[in-house]
Amino acid sequence: MIKVKFPSVFVQITGKRRIEVDGVEKVSDLLEKLFQDFPKLKDRLLKDGELTPFINIFVNGEDIRHLNGLETKLSDGDEVTFIPAISGG
Amino acid sequence: MKVVGLKCRICGKEFPAEAIYTCDNCFGPLEVVYDWEWIKEHATKEKIERGPKSLWRYKDFLPVDVEPVDLGAGYTKFVKAENLGKVLGLKNLFLIDDSVNPTYSFKDRVVSVAVTKAKEFGMKAVGCASTGNLAGSLSAHAAKANIPAYIFVPKGIEKNKIIQALVHGATVVEVDGTYDDANRVATEVAEEHPDWGFVNINLRPYYADGSKTLAYEAAERLGWTLPDQVVVPMASGALLNAIFRGFRDLERVGFVDEKDVIFNGSQPYGLPISRAVKYGKSVEPVKKMDTIVHSLAIGNPADGIFAKEIIEKTGGFAEDPKDEETIEAVKLLAKTEGIFTELAGGVTIAGLKRLVEDGRIDSSDVVVAYLTGNGLKTADPILEYLNDTVKIKPRLEEFEEVIA
Repeated sequence: MIKVKFPSVFVQITGKRRIEVDGVEKVSDLLEKLFQDFPKLKDRLLKDGELTPFINIFVNGEDIRHLNGLETKLSDGDEVTFIPAISGG
Repeated sequence: MKVVGLKCRICGKEFPAEAIYTCDNCFGPLEVVYDWEWIKEHATKEKIERGPKSLWRYKDFLPVDVEPVDLGAGYTKFVKAENLGKVLGLKNLFLIDDSVNPTYSFKDRVVSVAVTKAKEFGMKAVGCASTGNLAGSLSAHAAKANIPAYIFVPKGIEKNKIIQALVHGATVVEVDGTYDDANRVATEVAEEHPDWGFVNINLRPYYADGSKTLAYEAAERLGWTLPDQVVVPMASGALLNAIFRGFRDLERVGFVDEKDVIFNGSQPYGLPISRAVKYGKSVEPVKKMDTIVHSLAIGNPADGIFAKEIIEKTGGFAEDPKDEETIEAVKLLAKTEGIFTELAGGVTIAGLKRLVEDGRIDSSDVVVAYLTGNGLKTADPILEYLNDTVKIKPRLEEFEEVIA
């Protein structure tokens, strides 16, 4: 079971901020599953096939760009968090 | 009304002026939209010149309607740096010295605006993720506004900056990780508590506009003209963006003639924005940051792509001085102008020095360089690069020997 947390700006698409997802082995699988369940999310997260730079994805608090990107493996109990890319002053 | 609403900086979708920061259409960042007709009607140069000696002299340009939470930030020292200019070979070098702000950094400008906005929204608490300067500033302004403050800082920041935050009564949460980790946690907290104002997260559109006053001040103090070039230290890139928009605002209301100001950025070696500009790459996040300049060490700069775009379209450049150059620059500024700036200010001066040496700035150009904070905040790393004291016995003769 993978725990997934969304920012509030996703709620109009996903209906809630926390869901649990089964049967995914890596981040790209998770995205595929989310895109099936919430097709609008796909339109907004992907631009020309690339993930928008304005949402960062973290696995257990680590930015996937510092892990293995979309190929980052997921295992039972992992937490995936989507966070708007805001930082600094 | 002066504020019309918010607008996505990417897709242009418009939103009401609430405590939101992300576009629900494309997830891009939001910015404040102003009614320029209102501003043109209300703002005059004379009104500004008669106004308070703080950033609130520009209130007609700032996104708040209520009485400001004001510790006196802004309208800081504007110095014609003759001595430093001589060393660098510049005839018209000007410095804006924000080391003399109420909590000793430029963050007082953005925080004064953001905490005022939090008050306007009736928020129950304020918070931020900080590399240090913001922590001190937010704590002080929250104390003045009588709102609780929650501050998330990375492990290992300068003790002086935590002391500032603690003395003003904030709850300081030291996160075992980098600034980016502290920022992620703060963003999650902000998402959980929408009635809390996280100044650089859900109040960010308003907060960022406080830095536009650094552009207004430069223009006003240059007799309502714009400089030829600016040199700005970069962490997230937001400051450079704000100064760019600030000059535009003044052109829009006709306070200055239009001019293509060249924007230069400076960032410690190895950080994303300078690396991207200098080596023609895209702005990619950096995980490991090996610099003593903690206040600029943001590995995942939210405004990086915008800062890069401005630098490139104005024909500027981004420099990436090494820490040793930064320390030498802090010392050079201190010895020539009597200004002790924090390491980030040293990055500005070190970057400026390189830009001049590379022929990117002409000796007659009117240049404004931004010093964003006070040297006492980051004194420890400098200490080992300074001369030791001269030690004598308590006898006049011993001193005479020293100067012989």
